[in-house]
Amino acid sequence: MMVEDDILKEFLAESRENLDALDREFVALESDPSARHRIATIFRAVHTIKGTSGFLGFHKLEALTHAGENVLSLLRDGRLALTPEMTTALLAMVDGVRAILSAVEQTQAEGAQDFTALATTLNALLPPELAPQRAPQPTGFVSFDDEAPAAPAPAAPAAAAAPTPHAASPAPAAPASEAMRPAAITGPAPALNTVAPHASPNTIEPPSDAHGTTSSESSVRVDVVLLDKLMNLVGELVLARNQILQLRAQTGDTAFAGTSQRLNLITTELQEGVMKTRMQPIGNVWNKFPRVVRDLARQCHKQVRLDMEGAETELDRTIIEAIKDPLTHVVRNAIDHGIESPDERAAKGKNPTGRLSLRAFHEGGRVNIVIADDGAGIDPERVRQTAIRKGVVTAERAARMSDREAVALVFAPGFSTAAQVTNLSGRGVGMDVVKTNIEKIGGNVEIESHPGQGMTLKIRIPLTLAIVPALIITDGGERYAIPQVSLVELVRVEGAAARANVEYIQGAPLYRLRGNLLPLVYLHRALGEPERAVPANDDERVLNIVVVQADEHQFGLVVDGVSDTEEIVVKPLGKEIKGVTLFAGATIMGDGRVALILDVMGLAQRAGVLTNARDRERASGRVASQSQADDKTTMLLFQVEGDGRIALPLSMVARLEEFPRERVERAGRRSVVQYRNEILPLIDVCQALHGEPTAVGDGPLQVVVYAEEGRSVGLVVQRILDIVHEPLVLKQRATAPGLLGAATIQGRVTDVLDVHGVIRSIDPTFFDRQSAA
Amino acid sequence: MAHARQLCTFYLHDLYLGVDVTRVQEVIRVQPMTRVPLASREVRGLINLRGQIVTALELRERLGFPPRPEDRPPMNVVVRTADASVAFLVDEIGDVVEVADESFERVPETVPLAMREMFQGIYKVTPRLLLVLDPERAIASASDA
Repeated sequence: MMVEDDILKEFLAESRENLDALDREFVALESDPSARHRIATIFRAVHTIKGTSGFLGFHKLEALTHAGENVLSLLRDGRLALTPEMTTALLAMVDGVRAILSAVEQTQAEGAQDFTALATTLNALLPPELAPQRAPQPTGFVSFDDEAPAAPAPAAPAAAAAPTPHAASPAPAAPASEAMRPAAITGPAPALNTVAPHASPNTIEPPSDAHGTTSSESSVRVDVVLLDKLMNLVGELVLARNQILQLRAQTGDTAFAGTSQRLNLITTELQEGVMKTRMQPIGNVWNKFPRVVRDLARQCHKQVRLDMEGAETELDRTIIEAIKDPLTHVVRNAIDHGIESPDERAAKGKNPTGRLSLRAFHEGGRVNIVIADDGAGIDPERVRQTAIRKGVVTAERAARMSDREAVALVFAPGFSTAAQVTNLSGRGVGMDVVKTNIEKIGGNVEIESHPGQGMTLKIRIPLTLAIVPALIITDGGERYAIPQVSLVELVRVEGAAARANVEYIQGAPLYRLRGNLLPLVYLHRALGEPERAVPANDDERVLNIVVVQADEHQFGLVVDGVSDTEEIVVKPLGKEIKGVTLFAGATIMGDGRVALILDVMGLAQRAGVLTNARDRERASGRVASQSQADDKTTMLLFQVEGDGRIALPLSMVARLEEFPRERVERAGRRSVVQYRNEILPLIDVCQALHGEPTAVGDGPLQVVVYAEEGRSVGLVVQRILDIVHEPLVLKQRATAPGLLGAATIQGRVTDVLDVHGVIRSIDPTFFDRQSAA
Repeated sequence: MAHARQLCTFYLHDLYLGVDVTRVQEVIRVQPMTRVPLASREVRGLINLRGQIVTALELRERLGFPPRPEDRPPMNVVVRTADASVAFLVDEIGDVVEVADESFERVPETVPLAMREMFQGIYKVTPRLLLVLDPERAIASASDA
């Protein structure tokens, strides 16, 4: 049957909404089977789909919904009590309807799937004494209630002509309905209306609440493409407005000034309004969770209660789209891996029903989504073992990790804690994908685990991607925008302090910000622009530092000037310049010129503030280089030249030795000493780091012996200073080859040696031979 | 009857070039541009084209010609691509001309490959040969760089 495109679209959209509502209602119903008004809602939704599908000639759909409607009508009238089996069958019907609808959407036909069995299952749920009622008349004859204005007449012949699958039960309905007058499922036209008086008071719905009328009166469906176009136009208007405001300042005409002021206000309001049209409540994503949770819990034989709070929290639709899958994954994970089976929970003295809560709320211009369960939590020890087995970290590193760090390993690529890969989660979309997807939209994820008591996942995401608040800075005569989400603070240092407070380690500038080391990145250098002339006079020196956050690291971006914060409309860059990872996009400023949006992550990577942590860990062997290591590390402090202090974890030191200078011999081009019946190659640390040999007097050589798997190397240093037991926290990543970075030790800035790097710089094959051996 | 094709023509250095007219969004005068640090050399900057951000590519740089004399402001030929629009900076704009398929020929092998692959072919029109630019190829090299 040819169907008008518009009608079909309308039908599909409306049915979708009805189906989503159905999922929700069913699950709510299961927890509170006495809520008959819910059944009434469900019944109406199914009835609407059935009615329209009959009218449009989708007979399979009609037959299926009809079977469901039969059961529902008895439930509504209290003639049947809801059982879990019933809910499952009814939910299966909802799924079936969904499948047919998507087939309709794609092919305009109902598809080849057969739902006769499902209809039979549904019919089998009816009590035997009501059996005759199971035999429905060709559904085309089911009249529409007054809210479905479609005349039944045109549909009827079509329906009658094409027998529906369950019309296999051919008994005419009319006589059957006698037995169950009040239910009136298959009854004639006035059926729905006659039902009401018989039903218990709470099933009587206010007439205005009848299916969908209220929502269709107060809202209209708008094409998303049109919304996007409107958004673009408003962006244009904002620009034109900004230009007019600039003009006004020049002309001084009062009438014009008044008009432009009005234009200004209207534009602002319009912009806000259009922005709002793009906002959707997060509930749109959450709606499907009750169903997901229910199905999953049944499959895993677990009991789970889902609490949702803040479903009305609004987000831009692009963001809603982006978080859909990550959230679903997290919810699945929580049920599959987090919440224990009822027996297990009872044994632990917990409520057999697990609790999963979703909470969304606004905070500081961002949206927080907190997903918490009261399950087993994450066992850090198990995470360590798995991570080691999967080669995510080395055993040594895992042992050095704090529990918190270990738990965060679940975000590492290639990691999945599931003891066995179930069909629920662990389908290859791991937590790393969740993290990546959230980060892609400018959000971040934190995990907190209390073994035995559950875990909490906190996701923070921006409200919108289209228009974001940003700080406008200037550098080299151009303006750049830095999204506010990555901003931490602004620091301005003037005069002599601008010079005095910047210290250099291996040429890398650092600023002391309230006792912490802040690596500095000069924007013009990162952008490859020419160096600036430095004012000779200290008084003219100004240092504008924009402190930004990239991943877990902070760094200071040194810029020429800081202008203002502004709401900017983010526009993508063409592929000709996408390769430049320093820019996240572009925007149009008030004067009509284009300004680039800086990508803080890209900047950090380019400037080497964030080195690839994993590569570095591998290279550095066992050095704890995690920024949050709570554990203290015993370190050897030594001096190489001048007052440069270098630290090396003591665990990497085999012995400290002194060799008289005359014992040093040459082997090939290297200095060696005979040591414990072996030849110990010597590496001058100063030479390796600075290219100059260690300045030693006539005294003996101070040598730190480093041993790994039977091979040793002597590191020649100028002076051994101390052995300290302090937390080793790298405040700044590597600045020069041979160094891992800098840390504050004993209150002083100290470089941390990269032993592997130093050895490799002198003897590139040292580790190869070792692994070959 | 052979098919005819309309080309929007322009001049660049000593060449007479054309782009399929259906691909040309518009032709505009020199616009204020925002430089893009670290981008490849032919990327001259970003233009605000009524709210649409368009990358301006210097076609002279792309084809390896010497820079345009300072006193000759370039013209922007804004061309639609599958991705977004791109503005080619050229010396001067010519007419829209109609060319017949019979006069079409491939670019001779003697033309250096780097340049040859940026053209779809040559139309033998008088008074001078008209080279047809392949916008995708001309852009691709910028994004590869």
